[in-house]
Amino acid sequence: MNTVIFRTVAPYFTSLMVLFSIFVLLRGHNEPGGGFIGGLIAASAFAIYGIACGVQPVRRALFFHPMSIAGCGLLLAACSGLPSIAERVPYLTGLWVFPKIGAVELALSTPMVFDIGVYLVVVGAITSIALALEERERD
Amino acid sequence: MAAESGHSADITHAMITTPMTAADWLIIAPVVLPIMFGAILLMLRYTSVRQAVMANLALAFMFVIETALLLHVAEAGPQTMTMGRWLPPFGISFSVDITGVVLSLAGTFVALMCGLYSVVDVDAPRTRYGFYPFLMLMMAGVNGAFLTGDVFNLYVWFEVLLISSFGLIVLGSEKAQLDGAIKYAFLNLIGTTLFLIATGYLYGAFGTLNMADITRMAATPPADAPVRTIVVLYLFAFAMKAAAFPLNAWLPASYHTPRIVVSALFAGLLTKVGVYAILRIVVMIFAAQHGLLAGWIGWMAAATMLFGVLGALAQSDIRRLLGFLVVSGIGSMLAGIALGDSQGLMGAIVYAVHSMVVMAALYLAAGIIGRRAGSFDMRELGGYYAASPWFAAGFLVLALAVAGMPPLSGFWPKLVLVKAAIAAGSTWLAAAILVTGLLTSLAVGRLWLYAFWRGGPEGVRDGAESWKIESLDGRPALATYTPFAVLVALVLFLGLYPQPLAVFALEGASGLIAPDAYIGSVFGETR
Repeated sequence: MNTVIFRTVAPYFTSLMVLFSIFVLLRGHNEPGGGFIGGLIAASAFAIYGIACGVQPVRRALFFHPMSIAGCGLLLAACSGLPSIAERVPYLTGLWVFPKIGAVELALSTPMVFDIGVYLVVVGAITSIALALEERERD
Repeated sequence: MAAESGHSADITHAMITTPMTAADWLIIAPVVLPIMFGAILLMLRYTSVRQAVMANLALAFMFVIETALLLHVAEAGPQTMTMGRWLPPFGISFSVDITGVVLSLAGTFVALMCGLYSVVDVDAPRTRYGFYPFLMLMMAGVNGAFLTGDVFNLYVWFEVLLISSFGLIVLGSEKAQLDGAIKYAFLNLIGTTLFLIATGYLYGAFGTLNMADITRMAATPPADAPVRTIVVLYLFAFAMKAAAFPLNAWLPASYHTPRIVVSALFAGLLTKVGVYAILRIVVMIFAAQHGLLAGWIGWMAAATMLFGVLGALAQSDIRRLLGFLVVSGIGSMLAGIALGDSQGLMGAIVYAVHSMVVMAALYLAAGIIGRRAGSFDMRELGGYYAASPWFAAGFLVLALAVAGMPPLSGFWPKLVLVKAAIAAGSTWLAAAILVTGLLTSLAVGRLWLYAFWRGGPEGVRDGAESWKIESLDGRPALATYTPFAVLVALVLFLGLYPQPLAVFALEGASGLIAPDAYIGSVFGETR
């Protein structure tokens, strides 16, 4: 897997896939997609980068430990239910705000925050497993 | 929902419109808090000291919240919160009744004591590897299982606690641990797979997974519904999780392998989740089919009790002996479930609380013995009575409690169970409980004799001054003896003043037999 072509293409490929994963994550509320599948795409992006350039560059690029990213996602998902306290509705009720930025109306909601949490959990957990497996192979 | 403004629809037919009060949040807090703290601890894994402090603070906070929840439920009856505001049975409900909250409270208290003990028992590498996040997520799974009102959600919490417990049992990756973990993981995965299959059948038959909804329908099930198959599958799956005979072999084969604090947590919490699931699903939901199975459950209970304690008599490793005693205790709870009347169920609930406290305390005591002598083998132990009489006295209290001697916590549930068995005409079941009590006192008496009473291990003369046991001091002493002493005090308290627990358990038992208030809390009084 250590060809020049692969190593040259991999960083571009990875950044494209991560970008696409975020697109899939955000369109997920009303169309096919969502946090889980987006997270899988991002995790496979990091796995490809790891196969091409080694595990250490991936860990450096991620900066945080993958499991910490998963923990952050879990916290975010659990916290996405907390605005319900202020609204006096049950936990994890979908609450929406529609701020206007210029002429564009943005639809922001707690399910989106939850989905971003799911995305981070999947990215963190799968990347952690993939990197651990790739590391072992190199020994 | 559309992404344009001005979108107000009539939601009264699809959603809950009554505003939530602060008390409603108590229902969900015992699950959300450990998930949040688990996530935070996962992110802070490389800061060793803060982990233990934070985890213990979180457990203490959960304990306070669950106490408030217990008082609230005792006063106002079963409580329900349905996630996402969707009307039940479409939204996932958390339904809390006395049975669930009493077990959850006892479990959190035991976990708090184990959390204190873990300060010295879990070393820095294991902390970095994630002991405390696993502990918090396991507590989320245990509390979720005790508090949920949805069958599939119960399955999810089973998986959460199971996966966290896999993490805890292999923590440290020693050879024996991997061996134990494989047995533990494999059999538990079979159990949860059966649980999932049964849940598939259940959804096919009833078209709903909400426990209260199924309870309403189960009295008159659809004509072609394979209800008996479903109930037997559930019983099989939960009996496996609870380690009932003949599905108990995995427990003594795996519980002695991890750190002692992990064994104490598992012995205190995990098997009782299986017993609780039998109470909820086989006794409450399928009350009509329970009668068909009661005889079988009774035989299973007697066999579990007797084979458990006979196994304990044959062991020389303290941890394995205690593992068999956990199994034997499950038999007593199943005896109550087999009887199925309010007295029997009350006995089962009280016994579950007693077993949580006393088994965790015994494992922690075994940890102290092993820590001081460097061995868990009874043949190599001795002289603890001379070395530390207070510790010996505390251990004796636990030993007599697990054997069911008055006036300790194990006596009352056994008394209730024996009385209920005789009243129901199952004299053989009463006899099995009493014989098990006798054999248990032999098993723990033997342990007491070897480890405490004699002067030293085999080959050392009684009263010989040559046998010295290391004593603990400073931080290790404080962190190990404090939880042990608190649990012993709790065993004494539950023995001398059993009334509050008995009242709660009786109320919980009648709620399981006549779940009208439970159903009412989910669907409102009007429906």
